[in-house]
Amino acid sequence: MALLDVRDLTVRFDTHHGTVRAVDHVSFTLEAGETLGLVGESGSGKSVTNLALLGLLPQPPAVVEAGEVWFEGRDLLKLAPAELRALRGDALSMIFQDPMTSLNPLLTLERQLSEVLETHRGVTRRAARAKCAAALGDVGIPEPERRLDQYPHELSGGMRQRVMIAMALLCDPQVLIADEPTTALDVTIQAQILELMKDLQRRHGTAIVLITHDLGVVAGMSDRVNVMYAGRIVESAAADDLFARPAHPYTEGLLASVPRLGGDAAAALRSIPGTPPDLASLPPGCAFAPRCPARVDACLAGVPLLVELRDAAARRPHHAACVAAAERLAARSPA
Amino acid sequence: MSLLEVRDLAKHFTVGARGFLGRGGAVLRAVDGVSFELERGRALGLVGESGCGKSTAARTIVGLHRATAGSVRLGGVELTGLSRREWQAHRGRLQMIFQDPYASLDPRQTVASILTEPLAIHRRGKPRERRLRALALLDAVGLNPRHINRYPHEFSGGQRQRIGIARALALEPEVLVCDEPVSALDVSIQAQIVNLLAELRERFQLAYLFIAHDLAVVRHVCEEVAVMYLGRIVERAPRDELFERPRHPYTQALLSAVPLPDPAAERARRRIVLEGDVPSPLHPPPGCAFEPRCPARARPGRPLRARRRRSSRARRGARGLPRRARSAPWGLRVNPERRATYARPRGASSRGLPHVRMRARSSPHLRES
Repeated sequence: MALLDVRDLTVRFDTHHGTVRAVDHVSFTLEAGETLGLVGESGSGKSVTNLALLGLLPQPPAVVEAGEVWFEGRDLLKLAPAELRALRGDALSMIFQDPMTSLNPLLTLERQLSEVLETHRGVTRRAARAKCAAALGDVGIPEPERRLDQYPHELSGGMRQRVMIAMALLCDPQVLIADEPTTALDVTIQAQILELMKDLQRRHGTAIVLITHDLGVVAGMSDRVNVMYAGRIVESAAADDLFARPAHPYTEGLLASVPRLGGDAAAALRSIPGTPPDLASLPPGCAFAPRCPARVDACLAGVPLLVELRDAAARRPHHAACVAAAERLAARSPA
Repeated sequence: MSLLEVRDLAKHFTVGARGFLGRGGAVLRAVDGVSFELERGRALGLVGESGCGKSTAARTIVGLHRATAGSVRLGGVELTGLSRREWQAHRGRLQMIFQDPYASLDPRQTVASILTEPLAIHRRGKPRERRLRALALLDAVGLNPRHINRYPHEFSGGQRQRIGIARALALEPEVLVCDEPVSALDVSIQAQIVNLLAELRERFQLAYLFIAHDLAVVRHVCEEVAVMYLGRIVERAPRDELFERPRHPYTQALLSAVPLPDPAAERARRRIVLEGDVPSPLHPPPGCAFEPRCPARARPGRPLRARRRRSSRARRGARGLPRRARSAPWGLRVNPERRATYARPRGASSRGLPHVRMRARSSPHLRES
């Protein structure tokens, strides 16, 4: 059974410009110990999905219209705020993009780290100190004892992100949700943090939901990948299958528009024409249809559902929400 | 003579408390001796991580900062030291595109006003001609000329960046300084803008100084790439040379850190993970600034001889370079006893950094273009 099971999650925002369905019937599962990548461009709904399942969306303006999020036999969306608080930071943990705004600038690292243990484990601050120091050492921060008495501004961006990770892992979570954990960092620091996350996952067996717009980061980290567009999952597959044989034209376009270190440098990049749709006034049928090079009349008839494709070479079930996905995949696969 | 020649450019900031007569503040060497030249119609990429000084270098070149030392010559005309008024005459030849398409356009100006303003300031044409030029510019950057009376908020991020590019083109510049022009954009839009920049370069014979932290983007735009670290260029080479045979350990680490959108390749590659962070430019380490993180550094106790051989090879391979190199060649751990033989260039600081008087700069395959 899956560790985390999200079913038909739908979130809408009531704004001045009308109702926006930021997350539209999103379903996925997360198995113990695996890394699930969630990719998409700005506004695709990847962050809202995860804020919703952690109960962190401000309501209003957000309204969770429908859906269930099953974790350890309980539906997270039906829990009382206090019950959810007891889970967050304990069995379910998260890291955010900007470590500068996610740490409290007025408190020492020790106060911020020990608070987690005090809340969830009932440990006294004195007893927590040793554990906090060990946690900082675990994420590769030199001289953890001395660092505990410092404030966030005394650390570099990479160090702060390490502190965030240490804090998220203090209670040995089963699920870690990492929302663009390295986007604010330079590539050499990003490489350090990604290595660290992989290493910690190996040692603690944590399942990770990795939200990112960077296809390179996803390729290096994920076992499975969900691609989101305009609030929906449009393709879901094992990472190797998705990158080798994308079935949805959006995934294919996205992969083609990434500049690469190899290949013909002088050739023009293949870009996706147009811009992502306005969620307040989605086009009829498939939301990607207006930008899609493979559009046919059937695309406008209705929103395509995420269906499993016949993919003989696939390691895991390969799903796509596109009327032409099956043919596209068949054309790509070795006979 | 190159179109744009930058020699030993330095920009230092004084930070912290100033005492009597403005003394006492610490000196931050944001840009500390950068040299390159750029020909008409060519693109030079300036890459590096945050804080390496690439944006400060760009802003100093276009005159948004006053250079502390060094020279910037555009078509043979020295730009550093010009007064505001004198600058005005040359500003049209050297224009800039900014990173954030939200912050770099005035929300209260219409597109027409944004695009005709530079023309009005430089007294080009009559109002009617300016408007026609604005329409042509919109068309050139792939926007609908009918949207000329709209405001920036009516456009998406990618479209706003196109407006920023159109504004930079208004005065028919020869050099465009692009400071992270695509890093705020989504991948699919980023590719559109990269392609547009390539098309415009061809069409208007523009030269680009292209500043970015994304090496893969730079590879698609520039024929030549310079890598900066802590205020200096540590390696400069033609594109394929740099990407296929990076020589500086920092460039090697930077390239190996770029995540590849290919799971199999990601598993197979050996990544050089650098330890630690970029040092503060307020307190740069002595000698090579990369030394504390360098996987190839000469450790104390290792013979210096092997290292020196490499530096002499560097010297041979690089003729016609700036006479005075300001950084030790990589891997050369300067022996304190030998420091006396390294001369300090004129006007150099008392930082105690061992300046090496030799022909080679840090990059052995740096070439004269």
